[in-house]
Amino acid sequence: MQINALIAHVLHLKRRIYGFHATLRIVRDMVKGRNMSNYIKLIALGLVTLFAMIGTNYARDLAYQVHAIIVMLVAGGLFLYTLRRTGEAKPAAGSLQNEYFDSVVRAGVVATAFWGVVGFLVGTFIAFQLAFPALNFEWAQGFANFGRLRPLHTSAVIFAFGGNALIATSFYVVQRTSAARLWGGNLAWFVFWGYQLFIVLAATGYLFGGTQSKEYAEPEWHVDLWLTIVWVAYLAVFLGTVIKRKEPHIYVANWFYLAFIVTVAMLHLVNNLTIPVSIWGSKSVIVWSGVQDAMVQWWYGHNAVGFFLTAGFLGMMYYFVPKQAERPVFSYKLSIIHFWALIFLYIWAGPHHLHYTALPDWASTLGMVFSIVLWMPSWGGMINGLMTLSGAWDKLRTDPVIRMMVISIGFYGMSTFEGPMMSIRAVNSLSHYTDWTIGHVHSGALGWNGMITFGALYFLVPVLWKRERLYSLSLVSWHFWLATIGIILYAASMWVTGIMEGLMWREVDANGFLVNSFADTVAAKFPMYVVRGLGGVMFLSGALIMCYNLWMTVRKAPAKEASLTVAVPAE
Amino acid sequence: MSKPVKKYDDDPNTTGHQWDGIEEFDNPMPRWWLWTFYATIIWGIGYTIAYPAWPMLSSATAGVLGWSTRGDVAAEIQAVEEANAPINAKLEAAELTAIAGDPELGSYAVSSGSAVFKTWCAQCHGSGAAGAKGYPNLLDDDWLWGGTVEDIHETITHGIRNEDSDDARYSEMPAFGRDELLEKEEIDQVVNFVMSLSGEAEDASKVDAGAVVFEDNCASCHMDDGTGDRSQGAPNLVDAIWLYGGDYASLSETVNNARYGVMPAWNTRLTEAQIRAVSAYVHQLGGGE
Repeated sequence: MQINALIAHVLHLKRRIYGFHATLRIVRDMVKGRNMSNYIKLIALGLVTLFAMIGTNYARDLAYQVHAIIVMLVAGGLFLYTLRRTGEAKPAAGSLQNEYFDSVVRAGVVATAFWGVVGFLVGTFIAFQLAFPALNFEWAQGFANFGRLRPLHTSAVIFAFGGNALIATSFYVVQRTSAARLWGGNLAWFVFWGYQLFIVLAATGYLFGGTQSKEYAEPEWHVDLWLTIVWVAYLAVFLGTVIKRKEPHIYVANWFYLAFIVTVAMLHLVNNLTIPVSIWGSKSVIVWSGVQDAMVQWWYGHNAVGFFLTAGFLGMMYYFVPKQAERPVFSYKLSIIHFWALIFLYIWAGPHHLHYTALPDWASTLGMVFSIVLWMPSWGGMINGLMTLSGAWDKLRTDPVIRMMVISIGFYGMSTFEGPMMSIRAVNSLSHYTDWTIGHVHSGALGWNGMITFGALYFLVPVLWKRERLYSLSLVSWHFWLATIGIILYAASMWVTGIMEGLMWREVDANGFLVNSFADTVAAKFPMYVVRGLGGVMFLSGALIMCYNLWMTVRKAPAKEASLTVAVPAE
Repeated sequence: MSKPVKKYDDDPNTTGHQWDGIEEFDNPMPRWWLWTFYATIIWGIGYTIAYPAWPMLSSATAGVLGWSTRGDVAAEIQAVEEANAPINAKLEAAELTAIAGDPELGSYAVSSGSAVFKTWCAQCHGSGAAGAKGYPNLLDDDWLWGGTVEDIHETITHGIRNEDSDDARYSEMPAFGRDELLEKEEIDQVVNFVMSLSGEAEDASKVDAGAVVFEDNCASCHMDDGTGDRSQGAPNLVDAIWLYGGDYASLSETVNNARYGVMPAWNTRLTEAQIRAVSAYVHQLGGGE
């Protein structure tokens, strides 16, 4: 016993001495101006931790308090981590400059797969909540009822799954097509982890009731501020890499990625111009009012689709399709014209979300006209994607990954036809507020965004983990068919129920009187809601199979002898 | 930059750029694509001339067709109103009791009343009018304030226990427990008695004592035999139809704290013709007297 006590005492003393030495070293460093960046980091992290502690104490609502605790833990943890590493020898700068920065892309691939499964799971669950309202459990009211989970689902799939896919692939693509390592050193890691923190803050905010009630822009002011910082860093890393590229030209994929990053920054800022009620609370008041607020919101909402889910993912398509098909892009001219036409036209199309509302007719007309003129520029991407396969169509038989990419381009073409059609006022008067909109969104989101992302993940994992090939192509086929049939069940059931409900709402008898009550239309949708839920189950199962396949690829697939991780210009 | 390369003989030229092995063909844009694009632009210009579109300094171009969403919907509503004006006038002039007997008026009133009901009444009474806890079932023949078409018309016009109308139907049951008008024991007894009127008491031994409590405190409104009084909206307690539940717990709650069901006055929102129509509709649902 005594010996134990003695050892403990000695260890304690040693720690005290070590701590004393560490403090001495820090003071010495500071006096001599060494390790300055670490000390600035320590001061900043310390201040953030302190601020978050005060926030935890003074928080005026639960969401803000939870956020303050999360920020306190993260900043406090980072403070200790930085403190422990201060004074350690740094790897010589420049030794990595000739290598691609792939570790952050690997993390992005894992995050994409993880958030994808989370988002699909929540989506499937809320689909069944709509079919069987009893799943809004009494004990879960206030955090897991449909109203709280729905934004969790949309944000998880769009921003967590889609956003991570965009960040990871853009980091991969911009390095390969610029033959340069990511600019900014560890800034790319800041973007990755900063973005994950944003996702966690957004998600917990929804569950605990912190929302500004703007669709796809639900996070409150403090979370918006954080995303702004992360996004500026993202822009810096991406643009910095493009600027220091060793290729003479900027590849088309990078135009699309850049358009996505810049426009999303602008949309985010304008749609989130709010004044916090208190610095210790999550509630804020938007500076826009009435119909102008609605217009700004749907200018944002539509261009979230246009630039996040279209332009960004076109960037993905323009790299991974020609790589996987091993064929040149079909037409350079088409890519230029459809890029600029898409960028110019998309930004005006938002008012079609507000047909037959308080929005003035002129704005509604312009929204519709620009949406229809947008049809061909959108299809330019589809043509370039599909025609890239000419001369390689036989690969559809043998390569399920390329099949996935092709069907994603097919769904892209279908949704970008359906969208302009639904923006026509007469069509919209039938489709608006019905499940048709939900079906349209999901054929685009599951079909286009989901499938192209799966294709990119199947391409990336063997390359990033230096594997010869994927673990199993037949599992990719399983994923392909489950996802495809799932999407078809989803979209078809929503078309049927959407058009049915639109027709029921407007049905009048010979004297002009309404025939159906709203509750009648809800009751009539039940079977289609079950079919939609089953579609979701299939899509989710496909994604789980993919995760297993990718995991086994990393674990079991034969390693590749020599893979190219050194940045060299292609020509 | 290298020269355009051809991998296969029948391949078109590439632009000569290459990124990570990706090349680009120098193909022209597909003609059909380009012409469709032009066509949508030309159509767009034409459409914005025809319809309100271009913002000016203080207003926007109105479009040569003179179309507007508000004008459109106003015209549709006006057309329906004009078409129905004669029969609405007839409906307002008719005796309430005569509406059902007139084939033309009766069927019009029912279809119009059904639309009114689905828009304004279904939220509480259900789209099939079967009601819910606290909201009466309109299909059965149990009426709180009367089931003749005149009674129904009066109830819809002025509502029940609301602030909107001075003529609202009004009555209030005392909160016997909360206001300490009865002892706990007495409430227990009277609840058992009321249960025995249409079924089985929770505790049959208390029924007799409860009958005494009922006679002293409840019979003035619900009548000695418990059949209720429509002139004051006092429910019939012997018909096994319960608005708030006929089990021991629900009845105890009712006697202790009373109930205070409210219905809006509809004459502030609906036209007389609409009120008459929905009265006729409710009257023919099954329980009309």
